Amino acid sequence: MTKSQLITAVAKQSGITLERAAIVVNTMFDQLVAAMKREERIEIRNFGNFVMKSYGGYTGRNPKTGEKVRVPPKRLPFFKVGLGLKHMINGK
Amino acid sequence: MTKSDIIEGVYERLGGFSKKEAAAIVETILDVIKEALTRGEKVKISSFGSFSVRAKRKRRGRNPKTGATLEISARRVLTFKPSQVLKSSLNP
Repeated sequence: MTKSQLITAVAKQSGITLERAAIVVNTMFDQLVAAMKREERIEIRNFGNFVMKSYGGYTGRNPKTGEKVRVPPKRLPFFKVGLGLKHMINGK
Repeated sequence: MTKSDIIEGVYERLGGFSKKEAAAIVETILDVIKEALTRGEKVKISSFGSFSVRAKRKRRGRNPKTGATLEISARRVLTFKPSQVLKSSLNP
């Protein structure tokens, strides 16, 4: 399922126009990204949580050429599935 | 950030809907995503990331507290992979 298929399904199930469904879906994900930028924890009940993790920089190697490369510090979101969804996926 | 913050944001962005209606649409979005994942379908949200369900075989594990070996049953797990766009917007 892609974002546009999600929008179509939401429009149909909620009885709203595609345009409005697109605004809601985009607003939702934009807000998640904004919270991640603030390094805020996101908790969505029965779905899951996103937590930001920061990594320090390090010197790595290009495995193909063996060349040294500097890997800059970075922050990435981690998702932990919620209990409700975890059970749903396992058919419980 | 919690679900009610997301609903609040959607409500503010989208005129002409009550807060209750905004809440119902956000809930529908989450339900549509959850149903797709339950079917084992991958959910790809462009410029955000993708959620996919992976099957894990049964394996032997250990109770870290008692040290007893036990079998961890086969199960399905949900993983989130942030998109390249999201990664670069979090690490400008």
